[in-house]
Amino acid sequence: MEDQNNDDGRIVTITYYGGATREALIVDHEVPYPDGKLIVSRTDPKGFITHVNQAFVDMSGYSREELIGANHNILRHPDMPAVAFAGLWETLETGTKWHGYVKNLRKDGAFYWVKATVIPNIRDGEVVGYTSVRRKPSRSKIRESEELYETLK
Amino acid sequence: MTLNLTVSPDFAPDHIAGWYFFNTWLQRQLGNAVHLELYDSFEEQRQDLRAEKVDLIYANPYDASMLVRELGFEAIARPLAQPDETIIACREDAEFESVEDLQPGTRVATTSDPDVHTMGMIMLEPADLDSSNISIAQRSNYVLVAKSLLKREADIGFFLKAGYQDLSALIQNQMKVLVTSQISVVHHTLLVGPGMREQIPLLQERLLAMHEDDKGRSVLESLGIEQWESMDRERTEFMIDLIDTLIP
Ligand SMILES: Cc1cc2nc3c(=O)[nH]c(=O)nc-3n(C[C@H](O)[C@H](O)[C@H](O)COP(=O)(O)O)c2cc1C
Repeated sequence: MEDQNNDDGRIVTITYYGGATREALIVDHEVPYPDGKLIVSRTDPKGFITHVNQAFVDMSGYSREELIGANHNILRHPDMPAVAFAGLWETLETGTKWHGYVKNLRKDGAFYWVKATVIPNIRDGEVVGYTSVRRKPSRSKIRESEELYETLK
Repeated sequence: MTLNLTVSPDFAPDHIAGWYFFNTWLQRQLGNAVHLELYDSFEEQRQDLRAEKVDLIYANPYDASMLVRELGFEAIARPLAQPDETIIACREDAEFESVEDLQPGTRVATTSDPDVHTMGMIMLEPADLDSSNISIAQRSNYVLVAKSLLKREADIGFFLKAGYQDLSALIQNQMKVLVTSQISVVHHTLLVGPGMREQIPLLQERLLAMHEDDKGRSVLESLGIEQWESMDRERTEFMIDLIDTLIP
C-alpha cells in the first residue's frame, strides 16, 4: 500500500507475517554488495538479532545498537514475497540449511541484494539460534530472482 | 605415553623449524614426550586424525569443524589477529580488472588448502563461475600457483593472503590482485584431542603467557605468531557455524 510519493522515494506500509505493520521509506536505489565481504548475523530461535558483524552494520545503515534485539524482519523489503520467508522458516524447522537470494531494505530506503545461507545453531542437540551468512550474488541471479519474486507477490 | 602433535599441511615452509621449537617448548611445559608429525597432504593427515593418532593439532578452520563436531576435539587457542583471508590474483598484464570480468572457461590454479579453495570459489560466484564452467588445476603450494600464472598455464590463482604476501617481490610485481576476502573471524586454531582433556587448563595457561618470557617469545617469533589468544567453546562453535554456511 502506497501512502505517499515524492522524488526522494515513497512511504510504504510493510505487513509482516502475523499481522504487524511498519511504515518504511523505499528508495529505488541499489547499494552494490562489497567485494570479498561476508555479511553475518545471528538470531535467537524466534528471529531476534543477537549478533551482527561490521559488514552487516555498514550495509544495513543501522547502528549496532539499533540492530541487537531487533526482529530480523527489520530488513524485509516489500518486493520480497512472503512465501520466500515462509520457505526459510520451514526449512530451518527441519534442522537444515536454507539458501536463497534476498533483496534487503536499508534504513535509508535503498536496497541491496545478497545470496544468503541460514543454518540452525545446534548445541547439545538443541536449536539455540540461527546464523546467516551472505555473499555477493551474480547479476544474472539477481535478474532471475527479480522475475521470480514478481510472480510470487 | 608420547603425545602426538601435528600441523595443518598449509603451514608456511619458513615455519617448519618453528614447529620443532614449539614441540620442544611443549614437552617442557607438559613434562611429557611430544612427537611432531608433519604431513604433505590434507587427506593423509585426516586419515590419521580419524584413526585417533593425534592429540594436538594446529588446524585450519575447515578441518577444525570436523575435529570439534565429529572427533571431540576442543579449540584452546588461536594466534592473535591472524585471520585467514583469501586472494584471487592474475597476471599483471591480464585484460580483466575485477572478478566480474572473468568468463566461462577461466583456468584456475589452486592448492588443496580447503579454506582458501572454498573461499576462492565463493568469490567467483558473482561472475557466475563454478566448477561446471571453469577448469581447476591443483598445485602443491602458493609459489607454484604463482608460477602457473606467470607461465600462462592458468588465468587466475587462489592464495592464502599470508602466502601471497610471502611471495618474492619479483613474483608479486608480475601479478595483480582481483579481490581479497575480508572475513576476519575465520582463523587457524590449536586443538586438543579427547585424550588430553585434563591437561587443557595447564596448557592454556602456559600458551596464553608464552609471549611474556624470552624463550616463549622466540619460539612464537619463529612461528610468525605474536601471541596466543584464548578460544572458548562458543567462539569455536561460532566459527564452525559460519564455515558450515560456506560449505556447498
Ligand atoms: C538468521 C536469520 C537471518 C535472516 N535474515 C533476513 C534478512 O537478511 N532479510 C530479511 O528480510 N529477512 C531475514 N530473515 C527472515 C526474517 O526473520 C523474517 O521472516 C522476514 O524478514 C519476513 O518477515 P515476517 O516473517 O515477520 O513476515 C532472517 C531470519 C533468520 C533466522
